[in-house]
Amino acid sequence: MGKPTGFMEAGRELPHKRPVAERIKDWKEYYLPMHPDHLKTQAARCMDCGVPFCHQGCPLGNIIPDWNDLVYRDRWKEAIERLHATNNFPEFTGRLCPAPCENSCVLGLDVYSQPVTIKQMEVSIIDRAWNEGWVKPQPAHKKSGKKVAVVGSGPAGLACAQQLARVGHAVTVFERADRIGGLLRYGIPEFKMEKRHINRRMEQMQAEGVEFVTNANIGVTVPIEDLRKNFDAIVLCGGATQARNLDVPGREFKGTYYAMEYLPQSNKVQEGDKVENQIHAKDKHVVILGGGDTGADCISTAIRQGCKSLVSLELLPQPPENRPADNPWPQWARIFRTAPAHDEGGDRLFSVMTKKLIGENGVLKKLQAVKLDWIPQPAGPPKMQEIPGSEFEIPADLVFLAMGFLGPEKNPLFEKLGIELDPRSNVKADANKMTNVPGVFVAGDMTRGQSLIVWAIAEGRKAAQGVDKWLMGETSLEASL
Amino acid sequence: MADQPIQINPNENLMTPFDAGKDSCGVGFVANMKNKKSHEIVEQGIEILYNLSHRGACGCETNTGDGAGILLQIPDKFFRKNAKSFNVNLPAEGEYGVGAVFLPKDHEQMKTCEDLFTKVIQEEGQTFLGWRITPTENVEVGPTARASEPVMKHLFIGQSKDTKGQNAFERKLFLIRKRVENAVAASNLIEKSLFYVASLSCRTIVYKGMLTPGQVNSYFRDLRDKDTESALALVHSRFSTNTFPSWDLAHPFRYIAHNGEINTLRGNINWMHARQALFETEHFTKEEMKRLLPIVREGQSDSATFDNALEILVMCGRSLPHAMMMLIPEAWTGHATMPQYKKDFYHYHSCLMEPWDGPASIAFTDGRIIGAVLDRNGLRPSRYYVTHDDLVVMASEVGVLDIEPQRILKKGRLEPGKMFLIDLVQGRIVDDVEAKEAIAKEHPYGEWLKDNLTSLDKLPEAPHVPEPDHETVLKRQKAYGYTHEDLRILMAPMATNGEEAIGSMGDDTPIGILSNLNQPLFNYFKQLFAQVTNPPLDAIREELVTSVNTTVGPEGNLLKPTSESCRQIELKSPVLDNDELAKFTHISYKGFKAITIPILYPVAEGGAGLAKSMEEVCSKASQAIADGYQIIILSDRGLNHDLGPIPSLLATAGVHHHLIRKGERTKVGLLVESGEPREVHHFGLLLGYGANAINPYLAFESLDDMIRRKVLPADIDHKTAVKKYIKAANKGIVKIMSKMGISTIQSYRGAQIFEAVGLNREFVDKYFSWTATRIQGIGIQEVALETERRHRGAFPERPSRELDLDWGGRYQWRRDGEKHLFNPDTVHKLQTAVRTSNYKIFKEYSKDVNNQSERLATIRGLFKFKKGNPIPLEQVEPVSEIVKRFATGAMSYGSISKEAHQNLAIAMNRLGGKSNTGEGGEDDDRYIPEPNGDSRNSAIKQVASGRFGVTSHYMVNAKELQIKMAQGAKPGEGGQLPAKKVYPWIAQTRFATPFVGLISPPPHHDIYSIEDLAQLIHDLKNANKYARISVKLVSEVGVGTVAAGVCKAHADHVLISGHDGGTGASPLTSIKHAGIPWEMGLAETHQILVKNRLRDRIVVQADGQMKTGRDVAIACLLGAEEFGFATAALVAEGCIMMRVCHLDTCPVGIATQNPELRKKFTGKPEHVLNFMTYIAEEMREIMAELGFKTILEMVGHSELLEMNEAHTHWKAKGLDFSAIFAKPEESKLGPVYCVQKQDHGLDKALDNEVIIERCMPAINDKKPVKFEVPIRNINRTVGTMLGAEISRKYGVKGLPDDTIQITFKGSAGQSFGAFVPKGVTLRLEGDANDYVGKGLCGGKIAVYPSTDITFVPEENIIAGNVLLYGATSGEAYFRGKVGERFGVRNSGVYAVVEGVGDHGCEYMTGGRVIVIGETGRNFAAGMSGGIAYVWNKTGDFEIRCNKEMVALEGLEDEDVKLIQDMLRKHQDYTGSTVAAQFLKNWETMAKQLIKVMPVEYKKALQAQKEAAAQPASVA
Repeated sequence: MGKPTGFMEAGRELPHKRPVAERIKDWKEYYLPMHPDHLKTQAARCMDCGVPFCHQGCPLGNIIPDWNDLVYRDRWKEAIERLHATNNFPEFTGRLCPAPCENSCVLGLDVYSQPVTIKQMEVSIIDRAWNEGWVKPQPAHKKSGKKVAVVGSGPAGLACAQQLARVGHAVTVFERADRIGGLLRYGIPEFKMEKRHINRRMEQMQAEGVEFVTNANIGVTVPIEDLRKNFDAIVLCGGATQARNLDVPGREFKGTYYAMEYLPQSNKVQEGDKVENQIHAKDKHVVILGGGDTGADCISTAIRQGCKSLVSLELLPQPPENRPADNPWPQWARIFRTAPAHDEGGDRLFSVMTKKLIGENGVLKKLQAVKLDWIPQPAGPPKMQEIPGSEFEIPADLVFLAMGFLGPEKNPLFEKLGIELDPRSNVKADANKMTNVPGVFVAGDMTRGQSLIVWAIAEGRKAAQGVDKWLMGETSLEASL
Repeated sequence: MADQPIQINPNENLMTPFDAGKDSCGVGFVANMKNKKSHEIVEQGIEILYNLSHRGACGCETNTGDGAGILLQIPDKFFRKNAKSFNVNLPAEGEYGVGAVFLPKDHEQMKTCEDLFTKVIQEEGQTFLGWRITPTENVEVGPTARASEPVMKHLFIGQSKDTKGQNAFERKLFLIRKRVENAVAASNLIEKSLFYVASLSCRTIVYKGMLTPGQVNSYFRDLRDKDTESALALVHSRFSTNTFPSWDLAHPFRYIAHNGEINTLRGNINWMHARQALFETEHFTKEEMKRLLPIVREGQSDSATFDNALEILVMCGRSLPHAMMMLIPEAWTGHATMPQYKKDFYHYHSCLMEPWDGPASIAFTDGRIIGAVLDRNGLRPSRYYVTHDDLVVMASEVGVLDIEPQRILKKGRLEPGKMFLIDLVQGRIVDDVEAKEAIAKEHPYGEWLKDNLTSLDKLPEAPHVPEPDHETVLKRQKAYGYTHEDLRILMAPMATNGEEAIGSMGDDTPIGILSNLNQPLFNYFKQLFAQVTNPPLDAIREELVTSVNTTVGPEGNLLKPTSESCRQIELKSPVLDNDELAKFTHISYKGFKAITIPILYPVAEGGAGLAKSMEEVCSKASQAIADGYQIIILSDRGLNHDLGPIPSLLATAGVHHHLIRKGERTKVGLLVESGEPREVHHFGLLLGYGANAINPYLAFESLDDMIRRKVLPADIDHKTAVKKYIKAANKGIVKIMSKMGISTIQSYRGAQIFEAVGLNREFVDKYFSWTATRIQGIGIQEVALETERRHRGAFPERPSRELDLDWGGRYQWRRDGEKHLFNPDTVHKLQTAVRTSNYKIFKEYSKDVNNQSERLATIRGLFKFKKGNPIPLEQVEPVSEIVKRFATGAMSYGSISKEAHQNLAIAMNRLGGKSNTGEGGEDDDRYIPEPNGDSRNSAIKQVASGRFGVTSHYMVNAKELQIKMAQGAKPGEGGQLPAKKVYPWIAQTRFATPFVGLISPPPHHDIYSIEDLAQLIHDLKNANKYARISVKLVSEVGVGTVAAGVCKAHADHVLISGHDGGTGASPLTSIKHAGIPWEMGLAETHQILVKNRLRDRIVVQADGQMKTGRDVAIACLLGAEEFGFATAALVAEGCIMMRVCHLDTCPVGIATQNPELRKKFTGKPEHVLNFMTYIAEEMREIMAELGFKTILEMVGHSELLEMNEAHTHWKAKGLDFSAIFAKPEESKLGPVYCVQKQDHGLDKALDNEVIIERCMPAINDKKPVKFEVPIRNINRTVGTMLGAEISRKYGVKGLPDDTIQITFKGSAGQSFGAFVPKGVTLRLEGDANDYVGKGLCGGKIAVYPSTDITFVPEENIIAGNVLLYGATSGEAYFRGKVGERFGVRNSGVYAVVEGVGDHGCEYMTGGRVIVIGETGRNFAAGMSGGIAYVWNKTGDFEIRCNKEMVALEGLEDEDVKLIQDMLRKHQDYTGSTVAAQFLKNWETMAKQLIKVMPVEYKKALQAQKEAAAQPASVA
């Protein structure tokens, strides 16, 4: 399989990004497609390992070596079949997943650090499949007569719904927002994933029998009892949307927003909606707190909106360029990463803690921060220490908080149903993803806490398996968790 | 402890297979050609026996032999002289028969047996004359033999007047014996096992018993009487792997003495049973025939069974030579020069019965003729002398009788498949050609064949079966459990390359019974393989002895051959494509009728439904036979939602055994049309359980589907794919057969060369009768359940996605696939633990490996320690002591990189443990310690069949010399190093040619039997007396018996490997399906050694996927005191289980020679050191828990293990490990670990007695010495210890040429001049046995006849088989002809010889060989280096040469110079007149010389020349 010597003949190559100057003028995706010949060369680099660590590294258990080989052999149609076998939405993960698989690729061993471009392979396979018309609805052969409500339409909910529909259940997806997709729709900016991808999947799912109901906030605008009455099972996929706040003096000044207040508005505009009083970065000094993916999304958004200046601050120190000794392959590498957003402008400051926000007339003007020292501890993680006298101020008209999420939002339906939570305020579930309430299942960030999209899809698939087994006594659904 | 006899207690539930064991031995005869009787012949027989002592063996008691005996003509003079004393009135000579009868000791029971004789003799109309107590003296006989000693009597029977002629009388005696035997067997006598008739004949008599060769004469007083006269004496000394006492298994039998082994025994017995229902003959009435049955009795040894079969053929009218030709036919199918009439004879008889296949030298006699045959491959040595005064001496060795050179008329050897026959009545030797011509022309076999035997191509074409579409194929694939891996990894390579796929790194997945996935029934069977007692065949290099031809159709009456007997259809392959099968389905040709019996069953009805359907299929088969069908096709076509396939193996074996039981099997051909079989193992099993041919239709449909989907390369169309797939299948089947030493499909069919693992007794007995199954397991219910699950996969009620195959995950880890013990988690944890020196993480790793509560992986995963008496951890011996018992596995330099190889050596040397060279040799510079005190020298030096780099110097640098008999990943096969890994530096260490792939021969060419192994052990001990000698075996049923043999052969150490061991490259079928887990093999070994009280003489080591301290603890409790690690040690130094070792692309620099990739190696000795330390630490914790202070205390305490009932896996719950945990009663008698040293008998060696002392001036001061010494065949391995002294002192360089010159006179024993280094010149005047110059590494050897001879040297045999095996440098000259496999694996010696047998220069990789005489067949097979020059005297050399790797060329100038130079030396050393003639008439003679040039070697030489010619670059 593959080409045994492929990895010795070619280095790792990623697709080209559109030039910064060009791409910041629009909202289209960063990356250009890769030529099939290049993909083939890249796919040939896969070593077809006896123990494919990538396959373990992927929460979905994607059979990565198989589809690498199929790409190498120009058997794209089978590649998508193999890819779809474990992943309902490769076009989402192929764009949005941080690719733990590549971190555990054997070619990512210290001596190589040149993993196979697995993520690129994934997105190329599915994009081609859509273009060729190979992605078709797969309606169930036989209806089960059972009805399932899926609450939440993020990746977990969608994956769960699709799986359940395919084995014959009547599935309705409820979404509190006005459009289906959850974070995919309103959290992820267009330049990372164009929303047409979601729409196309929705069409497929509708053809498979899934019903979508928007503007339905279960437990708030729709009584949970209705669902209990009308459905044989309920799957809660509400996410972990409770964002971490910034507890410093001056938080009250106008100009400090959660990233999830800021980004959705921009997305709505891309959808063609009009947003009253949109938080907009044009000609503003923008500071972003948090150096993760959400922070990066804020960067690109603010730049496209024409901000005056942009700084992002990160509490933690700048990670090393290469893997440290205590973080060996095949673990997730804690190294310094540069997202496309970072090429577009702005500064990144590390080991910096916000001390206070300074405003005038209730309007934010500046942010005061202090530099940190991280002191290694004999046992446990290093401790931070402020460097005396290192305080500084930066101009700030807008501060976006992108510091992660704490768990699911408080929802009255938990109490109403008597659902148990774990100490981290996530919803507790058994091995089949059922909560303590019979017939009520949970999947995704709501039970796992803030996590990656691949985990969400994996969760959704697992919960579907649990539901099917619970409803029918047996299941042919596969799950990777 | 040795004074208690060994006894079998039937209540002991041990792993021990109480089968009759297998023999290997010394055999010989002496005869006066003119039938002149004398006592001298008897004495000479006894002397031969005595001189073959070293080929026999004894167990724990030196005075209990494995058996020895002598067959004589009836000593009428002696009996007549004494007749009065036993009160018998003897009729004239030849008119009375004598029985040598073993009787029960109990008087009553003895009487019962005797009375039976009296009665039957009377009923058969003969005269009972009386009994004579055979005088025996058992004072010298050991206690075990004495405990089972029967009473011996001679029975005298007079010929009645109505019985006309001796032949008729012999038949009567035969009938009498058979009737009495049957009656005793049917009786309820307690001591009936003692009853046995050694012989009952009016011509011959047998004296034998459980004796040592030396005891025969003293035990039987008769033999010492001067009036005991015979014109012939056939003798045999037994070296048995059978370890339990038995007097009756000694040879000779009534007609034969056998040195060898019948590998196809089970099949032969079954077929004989099936056939006997058809027996009719004019020589016995129907009534008599009934009383004669069964022809073959169960529970006898292979030789005894063979004797039975031979006897019935002879008794029913065939001559003894004719019967021998049927049982052991020559390899005739691919024989270019065999005359047609003889081919016709063999061809015709192949329709009557299958060959009895296996290595064999069988001497036979009926008292009037005496002769011997060799198996088709010549795997046993047999040499003979004929003297001017009519004496013929034939034996496994020359020199067994002292005969002056001038008396000798001819010295010869038995040749493969040839018969050596002396007709005492005619008083002459009957030449093979003459004897066979007469027999072969007895009937017009050629015409009979032409009239009746049809080949498949001649059958009319039948309608083509249309190819189904993708969906249908997919559904079927699901139903039969195909996986993506099956298609991609197994089948695609078969259809693309015509070969099985290669894999590496062994097997860390569960065996069938432990697997969570639905396993095909095939996966519950493990292939057996030959080790030690007989050799695997070399199906690659010695293809000419194999045959895949087979016939389909009814057999006739074996005893009455007619032209109709061959009315059958002949196939060129047992795997049929769809169109070929259609020809059978639609057959209407010459009265052939075929019927298709569906093998489908209602899956919903489970096990009961399956059993019921099986019954129906069986009765339909019987009905079909009654209805006159000659061909039955079992077909599982037509499955649907409700009907699923009966597992094809179950259907085949079930019907086969049903028909055998009914006596109907030979009336019909059995074809299997099934979608299930797809890999080689499946085909092997179906044939092994009785199928005549197989049509794997779904395999072909799958290939079509793959072509449609463009999975296969574009140039592969349907026809090519099918052709290549069948080719690969056939090759694979031949390989499976050859692993067991079986060469033809005909004899493999029904031979059941498998062990069941995880099937319950009831199920196996019913459908797979006579198959070993020792840990029980599932039955028909579970088999049905697995079938049902597969079936539901094909017909799902609510599919979740489009129908798709499962991943498989057996060859590569997949999350949803088969469990692998080495998976991303365990690999990562182990590496992190050893790299960061973190025992805590190691414990996490070992917990992951050991915890199999959810998914089983190993048999030991189901074990649990019982509660012991815990002691504090501090009381347990320290880690530093325990690690001394650890070794790393044999991984060759070549398969792994220098860096990885040395890293292991350094680590193990630091620990005081042992690393292993593997079979690739070792560079000299590694013997010099590093400045920091580290040593890169591997303590264990392996000696494998390729003998790479095995020199005297290599061996003196070893602490242990390990003979690799088998390897877990591919038992029964040789190692292989792919061409791309043979980099120049590897080629140099191995004395081979760069970038030419190296295949090691499947067998060691100097080990075809247990006595050969004893010889190699002796050789190695001579090569380094300080090293312990180890033998590596692989677990299979009977490995314990072999281990006992190995112990008796004086090995110091035995390694029992599991089936799952790692490897650099091996066919995947072998990795997965050959051998069994070490838990079973080790338990069996320990139990048998203890039982036979041999355990205290030998160290037992276990290995095979050992990964944790718990694994080690279990191995220790099951009987091992040392432990080996290979895969895990590699993982510790960085291996990530890529499983691409064979591709040379290892990305971590371990299993590669690519300099770029080797840079990636990051392993450190500390990593391996940590791993071993952690294992030992974990072991200590368990020892403390169980209450053992030392490993030795702990060995063999299997009673502390029990089954972990907590595991409730549905398949595993039927398993029963009580036999594994059983402890033999003899455990109480003394230590059950090694406490005593083996007696290698080196003090009696000629080197120690004479040679070394006389060479001291040379050894000490390099002063030349020259002297003469007499030599005999019992002087074995002469010169080797001398060589070791030189190597020890002078290293690889040795001494200056000719510093030591010794001339020997006489017949040298085996391994003359083995491993002799530079500076030693050995001359031998006389002749030599096998293995002269084995491993010669710089020395010179010349063998030539004495000047007193009267025969022509170049027409006679001067030395035996397998000369210069693995020799690396030096010179050798042979004045005369030699045997088979001359110069095998020669990699540097320059030799001249005057004629060679078959397979000359096989596997040669270097050196020069000149043959100025005849050559046998298959010259230069696998020859990849060196050059041979052959005298094409008869002009037919080209057809005798295997030109796969060589080209035949004319001489060039440099050749001329070299040849002349070598011939001159040959003439000087040996006085050769042939050489003189060549040199004298060079111009004319040179034209007849052919240069045999390996193609790749020529290229390599050319490249070297070009490199040398390049101007040196300016630095």
